Amino acid sequence: MTRNAQNGLLGRIDGDVAGILLLAALLVIVLPLGLDIFRLNMVGKYLTYAFVALGLVLCWGSAGILSLGQGIFFGIGGYCMAMFLKLEASSPEATKIQSTPGIPDFMDWNQLTALPWFWEPFHSLTFSIVAVVAVPALLALIVGLAMFKRRVGGVYFAIITQAFAAILTILIVGQQGYTGGINGITDLRTLKGWDIRTDEAKLVLYFVNAALLIGCILLCLYVRRSKLGRILVALRDKEDRVRFSGYDVANFKIFVFCFAAALSAVGGAMFTLQVGFMSPSFVGIVPSIEMVIYCAVGGRLSLLGAVYGTLLVNWAKTMLSESFPELWLFAMGALFIGVVMVFPNGLAGLYQQYIAPRLRRPTVGRTTMPAAAAPIIPPHTAAD
Amino acid sequence: MANNTDYLLAVEGLTVSFDGFKAVNDLSFYVDSNEIHVIIGPNGAGKTTVLDLICGRTKASGGSIKFRNKELTAMKEHQIVTAGVGRKFQNPSIYDDLTVFENLEISYPRGRSVFGALAFKRDAAVRERVAEIAEMIFLSDHLDQRAEYLSHGQKQWLEIGMLLIQDPELLMLDEPVAGMSVNERKKTAELLNRIIQNRSVLVIEHDMKFVEDIAHRVTVLHQGKILSEGSMERVKNDPKVVEVYLGH
Repeated sequence: MTRNAQNGLLGRIDGDVAGILLLAALLVIVLPLGLDIFRLNMVGKYLTYAFVALGLVLCWGSAGILSLGQGIFFGIGGYCMAMFLKLEASSPEATKIQSTPGIPDFMDWNQLTALPWFWEPFHSLTFSIVAVVAVPALLALIVGLAMFKRRVGGVYFAIITQAFAAILTILIVGQQGYTGGINGITDLRTLKGWDIRTDEAKLVLYFVNAALLIGCILLCLYVRRSKLGRILVALRDKEDRVRFSGYDVANFKIFVFCFAAALSAVGGAMFTLQVGFMSPSFVGIVPSIEMVIYCAVGGRLSLLGAVYGTLLVNWAKTMLSESFPELWLFAMGALFIGVVMVFPNGLAGLYQQYIAPRLRRPTVGRTTMPAAAAPIIPPHTAAD
Repeated sequence: MANNTDYLLAVEGLTVSFDGFKAVNDLSFYVDSNEIHVIIGPNGAGKTTVLDLICGRTKASGGSIKFRNKELTAMKEHQIVTAGVGRKFQNPSIYDDLTVFENLEISYPRGRSVFGALAFKRDAAVRERVAEIAEMIFLSDHLDQRAEYLSHGQKQWLEIGMLLIQDPELLMLDEPVAGMSVNERKKTAELLNRIIQNRSVLVIEHDMKFVEDIAHRVTVLHQGKILSEGSMERVKNDPKVVEVYLGH
């Protein structure tokens, strides 16, 4: 029997690795060959949301913790990157027409005469890169400690994350002199002297982004395959049973929430680099919910599904907005209703149900026991 | 605080009230090493609440629970488990989306911290132990099956197995044979008689025939208080017990 289990596991690993290779080929070979640099840069932008979707697959799909505030972490990651780039773009020579040269332009417009203390460390690229991951993870740790240790969960947790997203947006917009306000941090030019606005830079950044995404998928796969991954699924189902099996459940929830936050932040930083600015419109409630929809459409139980879902929804959004701008919001609403009512496990669920069985018909072993099959039936509906 | 005792579990003066209603009222009882202690009583007597109090799910309003002279009322649920108390819930509480093997593996007492779980390796020791327990709970042929597809009785056994793999010194079972077929019930009694070696078991049960089969000592609860205590023989013939519980 244990040998059977091993076979099942090996088969599953092969399937996943094949899927990742296929995605890698699509991202690194097919798309760059088939798209011009404008469209490719756009795909790169979409892919930055896929980091958030990956985090949601673990946090929401595996552990059943729905966060409606992932934009917070995406945004903070993006802002950390933007702060470094902005400081580099604000050299005394480049800003000599300002009344205080050497500080970012929006600070000058807001009558600031010195760089605020928390901007100082962002002169260092190393610090900034560490901050991209560490600051959101730390914030998630604090929120997680406050919520999960007190056993706040489910809908309450979702609402609180939404409130945090709103608070952060208000804070950024309100503190214009420190954050750039509603416009965000714009006019970013170079990274260590390398102009990020050229087509070549965009191509390089696209590949860096794709490589990071594949790396993050592998990392997520490792987490899901570990016992921790199975404990997350277990606590989604029967939290008390996990608790009374000797685990401190809150710690596991905090971990997965921080992990998802860090992933989102990497996406945010790559967004800033590829799009060239960061603004509060990627932080608030609406973008956070859109990110949940990407994950839901792709399939919240499938890492690859979430990536494809993100690509597809964003592609549809661009296409629809280009031809019928007024229709997009309706389409988005219809999509969400469709996902909840018709295919709760998203595209990945449809694939598992209808396509995968046809692909591997001639399997050896008992057909009555699909031990290695991904869970089809959701323990929660997409809405809870 | 109560003095130290030789008992494995010493419950003294235990009280819990929900909005003024005393579900358990000044309750004291003791469980010896290697003893099967059964708690019986009519519905609402506070039986499940007693288990909830011992395993930390409900906080006591007063009194003490000592396990090997360690005060449990001040400990968190997972610490109580680590101290050696295992608890089975009334409804089979297993992980539907995981296989029987994975269900048992999660209960294997190693890698219980976040990073311990991340680094956990499914080595030979784990596989052997899971196989050994699966054999004991009659599920050897179902290791790769998702737990969702087990029958009700098999789910109950699986949960008992998940406790056994932790090797607790005190095993608490809440109605382990409820909803089982006659055949399953017989197998469960057999299973319990096999697993009680080197541990104490605290059982809540309604099935009197089953209780008679397994109990060393019986405590009868009524309205949060002890009505009678002793051997099954004694309790059965206690007129108070006959009146409130066994008579009808």
